[in-house]
Amino acid sequence: MRSVAATCLCVSAVMLAVAMEGGAQQRAADPNDPRVGLKAGLRDAGEATRNMKRIASLPKPEGFFDPAKPGGDIIAPERDPNLPPLPPPDPNAPPNPAQANMLGFANSDLAFSGNHVFMGSFHGFTTYDIERPGKPKQSASVVCPGGQGDISVHGNLLFMSVEQTRGRIDCGVQGISTPVSVERFRGVRIFDITDLNKPKQVAAVQTCRGSHTHTLVTDPNDKANLYVYGSGTGGVRSGEELAGCSALDPDKDSNTALFSIDVIQVPIAAPQNAKVVNRPRIFADIASGAIAGLNKGGDSGPGTQKMSVTNQCHDITVFPEVGLAAGACSGNGILLDIRDPKNPKRLDHASDKNFAYWHSATFNNDGTKVIFTDEWGGGSRPRCRATDLPNWGADAIFDIVDRKLVFKGYYKMPAAQTEQENCVAHNGSLIPIPGRDIMVQAWYQGGVSVFDFTDSTTPVEIAFFDRGPIDAKNLVLGGFWSAYWYNGNIYGSEISRGIDVFSLTPSEYLSQNEIDAAMMIHADELNTQEQGKIVWPAATPVARAYLDQLTRSKGIQPERARAVKAAIDKADGLRTGKERGASVVLDQLDAVATQLEGDAVTATGRDTARLRSLAATMKGRAAKLR
Amino acid sequence: MASPIVVRYRIAVLLLIAAAGAACRTAAVADARPPLLQAGAPGQPSRAVGAMQASDLSQVQYTGADIKFMQGMIGHHAQAVEMVALVPSRSSVDDVRKLALRIDVSQKDEMNMMREWLQARSQQIPDPRAHHMMGTTLMPGMLTPEEMERLAAATGAEFDRLFLEGMIKHHAGAISMVAELFATAGAGQTPEIFSYASDVDADQRMEIDRMGSLLKELQK
Repeated sequence: MRSVAATCLCVSAVMLAVAMEGGAQQRAADPNDPRVGLKAGLRDAGEATRNMKRIASLPKPEGFFDPAKPGGDIIAPERDPNLPPLPPPDPNAPPNPAQANMLGFANSDLAFSGNHVFMGSFHGFTTYDIERPGKPKQSASVVCPGGQGDISVHGNLLFMSVEQTRGRIDCGVQGISTPVSVERFRGVRIFDITDLNKPKQVAAVQTCRGSHTHTLVTDPNDKANLYVYGSGTGGVRSGEELAGCSALDPDKDSNTALFSIDVIQVPIAAPQNAKVVNRPRIFADIASGAIAGLNKGGDSGPGTQKMSVTNQCHDITVFPEVGLAAGACSGNGILLDIRDPKNPKRLDHASDKNFAYWHSATFNNDGTKVIFTDEWGGGSRPRCRATDLPNWGADAIFDIVDRKLVFKGYYKMPAAQTEQENCVAHNGSLIPIPGRDIMVQAWYQGGVSVFDFTDSTTPVEIAFFDRGPIDAKNLVLGGFWSAYWYNGNIYGSEISRGIDVFSLTPSEYLSQNEIDAAMMIHADELNTQEQGKIVWPAATPVARAYLDQLTRSKGIQPERARAVKAAIDKADGLRTGKERGASVVLDQLDAVATQLEGDAVTATGRDTARLRSLAATMKGRAAKLR
Repeated sequence: MASPIVVRYRIAVLLLIAAAGAACRTAAVADARPPLLQAGAPGQPSRAVGAMQASDLSQVQYTGADIKFMQGMIGHHAQAVEMVALVPSRSSVDDVRKLALRIDVSQKDEMNMMREWLQARSQQIPDPRAHHMMGTTLMPGMLTPEEMERLAAATGAEFDRLFLEGMIKHHAGAISMVAELFATAGAGQTPEIFSYASDVDADQRMEIDRMGSLLKELQK
């Protein structure tokens, strides 16, 4: 209870801080943006928010931070150049235990199941009960270091990525100091979470490069197994440590661990038998089959003929219902056919001269667009300063036309951030608003940004939340790793501060009806990199959402809009479809819907689809009530 | 179908049960701290652990090799920054200029990060111009003073070619520094060094790709 009271106080203090700082310290890009000039602090940073509300926050669990430095390392200020130089280091000197790890305790990705959210960390994972999203409760936290702790859930199994050389099979915190060790673990761990208060590691699937991220893939034709696509970006370990691992170029070793992803098969009834079943050559040249088939430019530089070039994926998002996956694979965005999950096949690839590093991907709900993010600077550096170009470290939006990628536009969180805030495009998810493509996205210390990309050439921001830097003078790693919508709320994993929960508020960009329609979508489980097709019910909030959109775009005659509203209102007044006068009301709902279908014939662009969807929703509602 | 009254009654009962359940759970949780567990090897149970023990990363520490890597990379990056500084006055190819700007922003910022890292650990911060001194051993892939002079003297297409070839070689050197780091006992274990070295490897490989393609385009 105490922590709740503290949070309330904290909110009012913060509002005050925002109000006081409001017009004072603005500069650069948009002088009116309230995100500019926020006060720094770990627990008392200034906050700016628009069209969304922070409804709850919890700090990191015990055991998941350095008690001496809860916010991470505060980096010492610049050393006085007039001081005499420090002596050269002694390579044999013992390490300085006073220096804790800044990244060692970082929070990372989120996964959801029922009333629980699982937060991954470089140090393990933590479970929160979110039965009441405004009052989340921390449940068990499990120590098992190795980073990044990218996390997914499927039934009673939880999956976690491990890439770092300190990772241990036994989850110990002590690390491993020898280059080759049987105790080292890099790959995908599997936990049984049947007892949420006592998760247990049941399998640890070793891979050559470890797992930076992973993605669960279900095969509609194979219910007994689950597949995991593991993406490794770290160095390939030696064959002495894990048999069969080779970092040689494909022309020297056709079994190289480079130029592939790991496909792990998990028998659901016996997860302990999970194993790597394929390392598909998704970078291969489609015509010749040559393993290193993309970006062969590296061959042309003198001395680089033997150079291994782009050969890995950072993250893969699958959309099984449309049979597609989008891979963000260092220098390329690639589109994969995953109808046979064990054997993904490349359909297309894109590159972009403004992109430093292809990091992650999100499809729209129709599977007709994909957003790739560019994690320029790796996420730990400031890349949203007023001096950083708006199309660098941004999102690139592509349309998918005939299973090919067609570039359309960029989106970057628009408020300039300071040198003390690590900021670049990072993880996000769709918000299920019918008739529009809307995404919420984490930008590290650039905060959370909600934007509409219905028009892929001109994305528009519709809501945001941001805090000031953790420290006023130094860059201390923090901010939102992920921000995802789950069953009516947005959850953000804050690297240093803990977890935050938000709700959307209506605005000129987004109506209450549209939010209500999104709230109707309920998932039993959510792994953001495994997208499922959202189907909206034939319900009133959905119809009203479409109507609001058509009114906003002037895609409906005012008179018709009034008729639609009247018909929906009347139908809402019915208790059952059998009562007196009900058939007249339902006939009217059908009749107006038929008129809308007629309007759709002459309508243009998005309005055509919205008119049809509105008509279908109204007819569906009438049919349900009858 | 049940009458609405019965349905409502059922809902009320369910709500009561749910409320009572929630109250009990709240009461139970309010007293107890959430479990903090140390996971075990596959098949082994997790066990309760204290916060101090759980957060004890004292054995995962940076080593002399990590320090040397950071110090060496400062000088290495410094030369890349000197190379890109030549671009605006010598190249008119938009893609080359764009690439140079990106390398400039990224590597200057990474140099800051490496300086801060060394500073916070009371380690010597190398002079970024040290490689200009006579008899200095260059880090892998770095251009010799003669190569730098040749680059500075070139213009137009000749400059673009020398610049791209030189930077490809330079980046390849950084990648070999990462490989050497990870091959050293105990090195690259702390999450910061692991992440940074992995980023250097990934970013610079990708830039090599891009520069190779560019070189090919320019030779057409």
